[in-house]
Amino acid sequence: MGTAPSLPGPAPAALRFHPLRDSATMSRRNLRHMLRYPSTTLVLVGMPIVFLLLFVYVFGGALGAGISEGPGGRSEYVTYVVPAILLMTIASTVQGTAISIAMDLTEGIIDRFRTMHIARVSVLTGHVVGSVIQAFLSLAIVMGVALLIGFRPGAGLGGWLATTGFLAVVTFALVWLSVALGQVSRSVETASNLPMPLILLPFLSSGFVPTDSMPAGLRWFAEYQPFTPIIETSRGLLMDQPVGHHGWVALGWCALIALGGYLWSRRLFGREHPS
Amino acid sequence: MATAPPETAISVTGLRKSFGEHVVLDGLDLTVPAGTVYSLLGANGAGKSTTVRILSTLAASDGGSARVRGHDLASEPDAVRAAIGVTGQFSAVDSLLTGEENLLLMADLHHWPRRDGRRRVAELLRRFDLVDAARRPASTYSGGMRRRLDLAMTLVGDPQVIFLDEPTTGLDPRSRRAMWRIVRELVSTGVTVFLTTQYLEEADELADRIGVLHHGRLVAEGTAEELKRLVPGGHVLLRFADPTSLEDAERALDTSSRENGTLALRVPSDGGLRSLRAVLSRLDDRSIEVEELSVRTPDLDDVFLALTGQPGAEKVST
Ligand SMILES: Nc1ncnc2c1ncn2[C@@H]1O[C@H](COP(=O)(O)OP(=O)(O)O)[C@@H](O)[C@H]1O
Ligand SMILES: [Mg+2]
Repeated sequence: MGTAPSLPGPAPAALRFHPLRDSATMSRRNLRHMLRYPSTTLVLVGMPIVFLLLFVYVFGGALGAGISEGPGGRSEYVTYVVPAILLMTIASTVQGTAISIAMDLTEGIIDRFRTMHIARVSVLTGHVVGSVIQAFLSLAIVMGVALLIGFRPGAGLGGWLATTGFLAVVTFALVWLSVALGQVSRSVETASNLPMPLILLPFLSSGFVPTDSMPAGLRWFAEYQPFTPIIETSRGLLMDQPVGHHGWVALGWCALIALGGYLWSRRLFGREHPS
Repeated sequence: MATAPPETAISVTGLRKSFGEHVVLDGLDLTVPAGTVYSLLGANGAGKSTTVRILSTLAASDGGSARVRGHDLASEPDAVRAAIGVTGQFSAVDSLLTGEENLLLMADLHHWPRRDGRRRVAELLRRFDLVDAARRPASTYSGGMRRRLDLAMTLVGDPQVIFLDEPTTGLDPRSRRAMWRIVRELVSTGVTVFLTTQYLEEADELADRIGVLHHGRLVAEGTAEELKRLVPGGHVLLRFADPTSLEDAERALDTSSRENGTLALRVPSDGGLRSLRAVLSRLDDRSIEVEELSVRTPDLDDVFLALTGQPGAEKVST
């Protein structure tokens, strides 16, 4: 052969993908965002805390009297409402996920990732891992506040572990849904509005008042929407009571939401983005 | 599978793209030899970004084919991505991270070993004059710094083919010159650069070959010199101190024409030394004093005007 400089194409080895490594890199990126701007996490965790305080101290006396015959009132209501507030914490975090995905898209950095030879899904899994960690941080803070104001769960170590695992499943499912919602939004504002139903749905469930206190139509909706079994399951696990069929229904919903969100997200990510 | 000869970095055949009814690329053909700078010149909306987005695997074409370093865009997008680096028209940096973190992110995504990655990042920060700003969030960067960071991020992976979409649009003259210097350095290392611009001067400064994109096709292609030869209009402008000299000169030079209202004559010329000498020696023979002489060769503005019927974008201020 001649001595002309040859320009070999990249070796096949260079074309191998490293999804785990790339996902770890992307997760680090999202965690760094979180640590650099802790105010974002504080705002996201602020909302459920405000609702917790509002419901316990403003409405708690009256609502507590409504849910039990005993003299418990407010202190009993804390125990009743905490599972709903935990779910709201997760919903609030994933709203942040949608916003940060939409911001990525408007920034153009995702276009850069798309032109690079990286495992594509890592862009999304980075957000998912980052958000799950952020959600657990927020859940810990909210749980701390709840304990301070008189939440007394009956769960032992096993119950706590089960609760943690269950909330991880719920978070995982809602984060994937939110990753898709962030992508369909064309703007950051839309991205912060689209997950709104996730914040509102706990109100139309057994989270704040028992469903049998609701009018017929609403009651039907509340009993069949996914957040009711999710809240009932967390409540059962935290209070060390049997969760019954709610556990399976909740896990079924989570699997459905996670799979749907994942497939939808992948599809959206493969789509062409107008510049 | 047949591959293009390795000496060809980019080859595009009959590329088509429409958005609804709006035809943006209507059978684009072009070839870029490896190790050269190709500049796609076109007005706003001509389809430059669309071309870059298709060639960098961001968008699909509606027809035609393209290869980048021999890899077919449609069937081997992964191989294409492994070979290219892209700096799009709009900034693609993570503004929440610092400049250094942005570059380290790229190093990690290219699977550089930690130490090599750090060394490379430090070197790029130095080369792109970002050392002082390295620890500041990119959101605090000026337009020029952002552009430099953007390009530095593109270079972390040692791409063999680099796409730059309007790399200097919106930059002040100093940042623009810095960007030009960087592009020249890049080319000296043997990479291929495909750059788009609205600035005729920029194409003239940087490109080995220029393609003029208009109505979805290349309406002209060649070196800056070749393009300039396509349009007439080169001349020598002679200015005289008084009307007598002007009239004498007019008699001496049979092809000249007066510049209206001034004491100046316009003599057609190809700008070459030989024709210039001929003009001057005729005047000298008759002892006609020339006060001022200027040579005007057609620039790419003239080319653009002649080819597309529209003036190019405003000239770069220098
Ligand atoms: N995603 C899109 N949807 C619809 N029209 C588009 C889209 N992207 C570009 N265009 C249109 O295609 C034409 C070429 O755009 P572009 O390639 O960005 O031009 P340039 O980069 O040369 O300024 C423009 O008229 C633009 O409006
Ligand atoms: Mg453009």
